[in-house]
Amino acid sequence: MTEPAGFPLPSQIADVPGAENWRSMYRYFTRFQPDDDKRFWFYNSMHFPEPMPAFDTITGEVPYQAIGANTARLFVFPTTLGIEHRIVNGRVYITANPVLDPAEIERRAAEFGPRAGYYFEHWDSLYEGWKDRLRALIAEIESISVPSLPEWEPAEVVFGAVGVAQNHYLQENFHRVLALYSKMWHHHTEMLMLGYGAYVVFFQFCQQAFPEISDQTVARMVAGIDVIMYRPDDELKRLAALAVELGVDDLFTEGCVAADVLSALESRGAAGAQWLEALGKARDPWFHVSSGDGFYHHHLSWNDDLTVPFTALPGYVAAARGGGIRPRPTEQLIADRERIASGYRELLATSDEQAAFDQMLGLCRLVFPFVEDHKFYCEHWFTTRFFQKVKAFGELLARSGVIAAADDVFHLHHTEVDEALADVSLAWAAGSPPLGSSHFPPIIAERKRMLKVLADWSPPPALGPVPEALNDPAVRMLWGITSERIAAWLNPDPDEVVGVAASSGIVEGIARVLHDVSEISSLRDGEILVVPVTAPSWAPVFAKIAAAVSDIGGAMSHAAIVAREYGMPAVVGCGDATKRIRTGDRVRVDGDRGTVRVLE
Amino acid sequence: MTGPASPPSGPGSGSGSGREFAVSLIDARDPAVVGGKGASLGELTRAGVAVPPGFVVAVAAFTEAMTALDPDGALRAEVEALPSDDLDAIATVTARVRALITEAPLPDSVASAIAHAYVELGTGGGAEDILVLVNTEVAVRSSATVEDSAAASFAGLQDTYLGVVGLPSVHDHVCRCWASLYNDESVAYRRRLRLPEAGVSMAVVVQRMVAPRAAGVMFTRSPVTGDRSVVAIEATWGLGSALVSGDVTPDAFIVSKVTGEITTRRVASKIKIHRYRSNGPGVTVEDMPTSLRDVASLTDGEIRALAAIARQVEAHYGAPQDIEWALLDGGGSVDADADIAAAAAAERIVLLQSRPETVWAARERTPAGAAKPRPADHVLSLFGKPL
Repeated sequence: MTEPAGFPLPSQIADVPGAENWRSMYRYFTRFQPDDDKRFWFYNSMHFPEPMPAFDTITGEVPYQAIGANTARLFVFPTTLGIEHRIVNGRVYITANPVLDPAEIERRAAEFGPRAGYYFEHWDSLYEGWKDRLRALIAEIESISVPSLPEWEPAEVVFGAVGVAQNHYLQENFHRVLALYSKMWHHHTEMLMLGYGAYVVFFQFCQQAFPEISDQTVARMVAGIDVIMYRPDDELKRLAALAVELGVDDLFTEGCVAADVLSALESRGAAGAQWLEALGKARDPWFHVSSGDGFYHHHLSWNDDLTVPFTALPGYVAAARGGGIRPRPTEQLIADRERIASGYRELLATSDEQAAFDQMLGLCRLVFPFVEDHKFYCEHWFTTRFFQKVKAFGELLARSGVIAAADDVFHLHHTEVDEALADVSLAWAAGSPPLGSSHFPPIIAERKRMLKVLADWSPPPALGPVPEALNDPAVRMLWGITSERIAAWLNPDPDEVVGVAASSGIVEGIARVLHDVSEISSLRDGEILVVPVTAPSWAPVFAKIAAAVSDIGGAMSHAAIVAREYGMPAVVGCGDATKRIRTGDRVRVDGDRGTVRVLE
Repeated sequence: MTGPASPPSGPGSGSGSGREFAVSLIDARDPAVVGGKGASLGELTRAGVAVPPGFVVAVAAFTEAMTALDPDGALRAEVEALPSDDLDAIATVTARVRALITEAPLPDSVASAIAHAYVELGTGGGAEDILVLVNTEVAVRSSATVEDSAAASFAGLQDTYLGVVGLPSVHDHVCRCWASLYNDESVAYRRRLRLPEAGVSMAVVVQRMVAPRAAGVMFTRSPVTGDRSVVAIEATWGLGSALVSGDVTPDAFIVSKVTGEITTRRVASKIKIHRYRSNGPGVTVEDMPTSLRDVASLTDGEIRALAAIARQVEAHYGAPQDIEWALLDGGGSVDADADIAAAAAAERIVLLQSRPETVWAARERTPAGAAKPRPADHVLSLFGKPL
């Protein structure tokens, strides 16, 4: 293939044959417009590596309205407005709206300074309040019920003069679920953009002072040791130790199936009951950890699918039996972190630079707990509950015959779900069957078919004219898009997958590509794990693998941090590693350069 | 070929009438006496860094020889009178001077001092096996007294003779180094700058020959970016001259001084290898055996050991260094433990030269940043910067 001079324009993207009707899945405000040809767009493979099911577009729509509100309107970032997103052939492309007029930048900066300064000055107490607000949101979404639509209302509704029947709550409660999801995202970005900003200034400073320093080394100076994202894995280790202590460890064998183990435990008397009770405690909230990053409904949590924890448990049980599980060497990790930081500090030429280094590193460590832990509250705990709740509405729709199965709800846009609920509400009230049962099933079948077709499309990494300079700190900060990255996109090496160098070292081995967490039991010792997302829920399998490669993630992602602690090479944020690498391929993972080469 | 042994100790070496003409490396201090390279190797030796044992034929020996050759200075006055733009005249006169220097017998005092030091080098200072001495292979290198790099390069700093065996050959190659001061280019350069010929002098370093398995250079800062937090190593199989001359693209490794991690490993396709022949003219350039061509010339343990030595040398001088090194053959056992592997590799490393890094040292450096009234101001200014 001869390489064109640049990227195609949005208007030049042809519909994928067999999926020409993809637009029917997405709202009008996600379509490319003629004027969009003048701007530079890049494929957000980091968050959206697969074609979007109709409902899941909410994970673009809602975050982008929250992020933009935060940067453009709330904190008034001087150089950045918000982010626009478009969907073509099922893939999400985005562009940032910069502020270019110097007078306008100055006007915005006057607002930004005091607002952002306030958050930094009161960071810790604001973060405490933030956690309370998030827990309240989680409690609220957990409390929302899906009406059961009885044959007739209980008598108390009348005697208590409630006056409102259950079908009303179909839509009200669904709207509340959506509203809470939006609120969660506003809180998600509330402190995050500023937190990332602290990282970016420190990364930039380090790269200026030490041009050869790797992102992962900077990350090691910043990383907190005691963050809650380690908790799910820690809970598993605790459960493994308890199994040995209670003498029920024989049930946890390689390849064991969660449901079988659980039922066997019920016949193991007090010991079995005690273990099950401990499991129950651990599950809420720690098993709400998602197998993904919360951007797709099928990224299930441990609670939704116990395969991941029960794949990891046998290994931990074996370790516990053989003299105990080695806890994370936190003191050693802290000592390493300090040694590295002081090593670089000493190499700085002037005391003024050292003082700047201290300020920036201090700021990073101040924001680190939020930046790392918000994911558990937002992308994992809340989002797991959110998708569960939507699925519960799907169950009601399936019972009503509007859709064939509960999961089909995710092939409807939320406005279409709203329509379907109106239909069910009307039908229940009228005493007639809902009309959606002949409307939605063929639409859903067609969408499922199209998504399969679209999954084989290789989206261009970017669209539109390449900007002369691309140094928007927000874009660099969130997506790692730099001029160098764009140059690499324009000259791809067919045998090399390029991502973020997340953990140092070079390893050759056999790739195991897992698209879904349910396939995890096929993983063999010493294989190289290639997955869409290396979410924290994958951490337990790190003990088995030689290296980790993912489509999504950055140097500060939890997976990168865990890989560094295991001392194993990792390349994350590759975009299309799961597509270009096949199980059984011999690959070389270079965690220093951020490349994966397919050898044979 | 023997590995690096402890250098001949000072007292007792080169004793006798000619002591001032041959200085053992451990006593080589003053560049005016032993030249820049000699002084640098002496300092490395005293710092406890392994360098091939050897001695320096001091500037005084050159002076003695030139006095014998040109007692009234007429010859050098003739050179000094050459017009800088008359290259034909320069070529004619300097050819005559070089021939005189290389063909005239050495003054007895100089010849015997060199002989004495050479014997000691061969026997390690003892007198047990006098036959060994005639077979001691040495490298003979010029050691300029002028440290200005441009002048130094014209003054024949590059002159290096490898695999020199036997006393007559050592004498001969010392003279060749001296004669290199009268290369056409060196003289033309001095004439352009109107430097007095009386100030021209040179020392010569004679070191036991090493036949490296791999060799190269290393910098205690990145030569590309100037980063002081890394050691940058370039390496190839065989002699390092293949790398210096540009006959091969070397393997390149970058090691973080802070984390000890090898952050870059670039294994090049090394198409040529330099080897030396005993008393041969220079090095031979051969095709790299295919079994070695695309193989990394250093193991991780060797890379780490080199980086550790580089840091030790940098700490000794208190400034970034540009170092030439060689790695001797040694079993090549692969040890799983990184620290043990590095320690074993360190035993097989010798340094051939260390000099201050000059390129980045001379550059203006923009500070990476400065403290601000409040830490958050760093973030505020980041987002306040126009695109």
